Amino acid sequence: MKKLSARRRHPLAALVVLLFALAATGGLYTAFAPAGEAKADQESSQSLAIEEGKKLYATGCSSCHGTGGQGTSDGPSLVGVGAAAVDFQVGTGRMPAQQPGAQAPKKKRVYNDDEIKQLAAYVASLGAGPATPGKDQYDPSGADVAKGGELFRNNCAQCHNFTGEGGALTHGKFAPDLGDVSDKHIYEAMLTGPQNMPSFTDGALPPKAKKDIVAYLKTVNSDKSESPGGFKLGGFGPVSEGLFAWVFGLGALIAVAVWVAARTAKAKKS
Amino acid sequence: MSTTTDTPASDSKRKAPAGERVADWADGRLGIYSLAKANMRKIFPDHWSFMLGEVALYSFIIIILTGVYLTMFFHPSMNEVEYHGSYVPMQGVQMSEAYKSTLDISFDVRGGLLVRQIHHWAALIFLAAMLVHMMRVFFTGAFRKPREVNWVFGFLLLLLGMFTGLTGYSLPDDLLSGTGVRFMDGAILSMPIVGTYVSMFLFGGEFPGHDMVARFYSFHVLLLPGLMLGLLAAHLILVFYHKHTQFAGPGRTNKNVVGMPLLPVYMAKAGGFFFLVFGVIAAISALFTVNPIWNLGPYRPEEVSTNAQPDWYMGFPEGLVRAMPGWEVSVWGGHTLVLGVMIPVMILMPLVLAAIALYPFIEAWVTGDKREHHIADRPRNAPTRTGFGAAWISWYFVLLIGGGNDLWATHFHLSINAVTWFVRIGFFVVPVLVFVATRRICLGLQRRDREKVLHGRETGTIKRLPHGEFIEVHEPLDQEQLHTLTAHDQYEPVEIGPETDENGVERKVTRGQKLRSRLSKGYFGDSGQIPKPSAEEYKELTSGHGHH
Amino acid sequence: MSETGSHENVSDDDNLPERPDSQADAQGAVEKKADNPFADPGLPPHEHRIQDIDERAAKRSERTVALMFALSMLATIGFIASYVAIDIDEIIYVWPLGHISALNFALGLTLGVALFLIGAGAVHWARTLMSDVEMVDERHQVAAEPVVEEKVKADFLQGAKESGFGRRKLIRNTMFGAVALVPLSGVVLLRDTGPMPGDKLAKTLWRKGKLLVNENTNQPLRPEDIAVGSLTFARPEGLEHDDENFNNEIAKAALMIVRLEPGDIKDKKELDWSHEGIVAYSKICTHVGCPVSLYEQQTHHVLCPCHQSTFDLADGARVLFGPAGHPLPQLKISVNKEGYLQALGDFEEPVGPAYWERPR
Repeated sequence: MKKLSARRRHPLAALVVLLFALAATGGLYTAFAPAGEAKADQESSQSLAIEEGKKLYATGCSSCHGTGGQGTSDGPSLVGVGAAAVDFQVGTGRMPAQQPGAQAPKKKRVYNDDEIKQLAAYVASLGAGPATPGKDQYDPSGADVAKGGELFRNNCAQCHNFTGEGGALTHGKFAPDLGDVSDKHIYEAMLTGPQNMPSFTDGALPPKAKKDIVAYLKTVNSDKSESPGGFKLGGFGPVSEGLFAWVFGLGALIAVAVWVAARTAKAKKS
Repeated sequence: MSTTTDTPASDSKRKAPAGERVADWADGRLGIYSLAKANMRKIFPDHWSFMLGEVALYSFIIIILTGVYLTMFFHPSMNEVEYHGSYVPMQGVQMSEAYKSTLDISFDVRGGLLVRQIHHWAALIFLAAMLVHMMRVFFTGAFRKPREVNWVFGFLLLLLGMFTGLTGYSLPDDLLSGTGVRFMDGAILSMPIVGTYVSMFLFGGEFPGHDMVARFYSFHVLLLPGLMLGLLAAHLILVFYHKHTQFAGPGRTNKNVVGMPLLPVYMAKAGGFFFLVFGVIAAISALFTVNPIWNLGPYRPEEVSTNAQPDWYMGFPEGLVRAMPGWEVSVWGGHTLVLGVMIPVMILMPLVLAAIALYPFIEAWVTGDKREHHIADRPRNAPTRTGFGAAWISWYFVLLIGGGNDLWATHFHLSINAVTWFVRIGFFVVPVLVFVATRRICLGLQRRDREKVLHGRETGTIKRLPHGEFIEVHEPLDQEQLHTLTAHDQYEPVEIGPETDENGVERKVTRGQKLRSRLSKGYFGDSGQIPKPSAEEYKELTSGHGHH
Repeated sequence: MSETGSHENVSDDDNLPERPDSQADAQGAVEKKADNPFADPGLPPHEHRIQDIDERAAKRSERTVALMFALSMLATIGFIASYVAIDIDEIIYVWPLGHISALNFALGLTLGVALFLIGAGAVHWARTLMSDVEMVDERHQVAAEPVVEEKVKADFLQGAKESGFGRRKLIRNTMFGAVALVPLSGVVLLRDTGPMPGDKLAKTLWRKGKLLVNENTNQPLRPEDIAVGSLTFARPEGLEHDDENFNNEIAKAALMIVRLEPGDIKDKKELDWSHEGIVAYSKICTHVGCPVSLYEQQTHHVLCPCHQSTFDLADGARVLFGPAGHPLPQLKISVNKEGYLQALGDFEEPVGPAYWERPR
């Protein structure tokens, strides 16, 4: 105890207290904040899905998208967007949107799988739209990776970068990194065109082509992706390479130069 | 080998060792001993910043060595082929032979990937080292007479290095570099009157045509490096001839150079440094990938990827172009003057480079100093020059931000439009602020040096005087330090003198003279430097040292 | 301007700092030193390193250097062994670098180590075992002594006189003329590096009746394929990937097709040239020719990834931001009898970057 009180006056004491305080508030926040709404009724049956979905919609979505999904000034109409759009937006946590901004980013999802299905069923009932794709549609096994690469460079790379690392759009909007996006969500995004992303309808980009693109992304931008030349420095091209060459390349060489030119220690200290 | 030299040495009884005999043979034909007399024990001063040029030199040698290797596998051809090599995600893709052979170097030649990556990393480091080396020369005033010509050689090396790099990264004909060449074509088209002709002649027809890679190849491996090798040789000969600058210090004057002899110390240090540089770059190439062209795909004029940037040394013109407003005007009855491209590429880019290239001549004109300078300045002792240099760097950096504005936007969650506006305003404002701030910092440091000389070093020991006052004990500097801190030159501002001479006749004062006088006042007037302490001031203070 | 300094305007030198050592000879400098506290005390005496006085330390340094050289040899052997033993397409996981080529990793590191240790050994040798007594070299002025200068100038004048260069002006002028003209041959030879521009930049493959072929499917597009909010790229019918001039043609003809609610289209001409809200714009940026195609379907803005020119596709592709100087050209389209989208002619203005001859 004595030790502690002696150290209270240490210049770093304030910093330590601050760090503790920050850790405590942060911990409490993560413990309590987002989980609350996710309490769900597990027993809803499939036949009641639309009904249940409507209830979820009324509490979670209607303030922006209108009571009947007709849209308001705060959110677009959901009539005809289909189940796939709901599965994507809610499944990636983009919806419900947390705060107004240039675009709703991916975040921890609020609804569980069943609730998402109910919401999707309700929104799908408002007007015909693309259905949530099945695994046979988006599963990339056996797809043509090279063809997928060509399609990706033609349709996607302009916003998402060569290997889907993401990129900037106007006024703070951005195309996200596709590295940790599930196969299904990639497929749904192409199908429905979430937020400012254009859609790629099956007429313009057939389902097989979409599958090829998913396969390409899994090959070049996932945990298992190979980067034969070594660490890929983010995959952003020359900017990160140049930064690296300056900071670590030239930095290391200057450190070596300092050693080469430094005077050797003398026998007696002058 | 038989020695048949006709010098008397061969008649001596002792049979010289083989190496000596070879040297004797060579001397009889090449005169190497006379050459070695002046150079074998040539003195080089030790300072880490004097080795930045060596980093550039060695990375250039590494680039040449690896480049020659790459030419043995690279096919500079734009013929379209279908890929069936070992990289799976490109199977069956149609591409040019140039791109395919680059894939082959990366995936089918053992060690080819390593050599390619060493080549590219060394190029990035080469240009960075040249720029930093140039900055070192700038901030220490080592560009002053007699080294102005060598400064220009160095500048030309930087300029040629930029274009050698540009033509080099365009060779694989990948989607990223092709987009860069597309930009180049757009910039060429913006030239008034001749633009379309130059474009057609450079690309052998419309962009991209079938000749670009082959033509760039001969520029990249022959023309540009040939010019660079010539300039490099001249640059190094002049370094030897002028002897290296040195920082002020005891025993170091403007008329000598103090350091270690070339043989053996510098031979070992500089020779060893080559291996160190090569080793570091090889290790970087083992661990970090650079320009992974297999991810970029072959060039197709209707495809593009975001993060479309050139290598860093072309980042500042990229920034200029990105920040430029889209001005296009109609002249001469319906002809288009593409100011939005012309101004950044054909006016501002040369301006940024010329600003740094011409500076030595501007400073020489302002000081009017025609004497040789071999003592390197400390940057603080030339506040205006240091201010200009820092301003130029900040200018360059603002443009680099502009060139990477999309990555600044995504990584710092900013609007790309806001970043662009920052660059537009910062282009004009940031250098001015940096200039003012840097000059003030230099003056502050000069004041501190002056304090140190006159009042000694702050020891950190606090003493309480009998009447209760606390003072910090100052320890006087020894003569070595006193000399070092007062060795720098200080100019007086140039005076134009009276407008009329003693006879009342008006003297002609040209506008140039007036400008020079004003600049000189800015450089060396009261606001431009702190007078260094004089011996008299020092004596006065130290003689009455007992009572504060 | 003379560099000798002898004919300078005297007032010019007033501002230059004094250089005591340049005027005074060595003796004078010594005298001055006595009463100048800032005088150069001369090179400090050499101090010995540990290795200079302790043979054991020197031995240790020697062993360190030798060890580095020996390890370098081992690393080179490692390089050769890796080259022989490791398969070129073997991928290993190295934390934190990722899944990387084993061969590149092994070759690069062994080569790096082998080279680095040679350098480190040599530098350590130089730093600890070679003499570190600082030596002094005198400098000599670059400019020649006046005697030499006079001799050279006299020689030159003599040579010039003997050549008659100044006197025989006819020879001089014709020689200048000949030497100035002869490089023209080289310039003339550049003529065939490319064709004349003609109207090549103003024409594309689009013609009346040409179908819009989907880049993804190679099939002609129908209006039903294009939904509101979607993005599709098209090329003119008949242009195939293995055509000799595919790249040259697609560089001009590439098309970006979106569908807007007709009510959202603000520009009247755009509406007239569209089909049921389907509009076809050139994909080639009017700035320097990158394919613009970062389409934001809610704002109808399209952004160029190269220099961020932003165009409003709902308003005649007007430039909203960035360095582009004019809107993207629009292609007039309709539907043919079979229900496929077709062009109604070529672009009415040149696509891509602006140039001198482009009408404005």
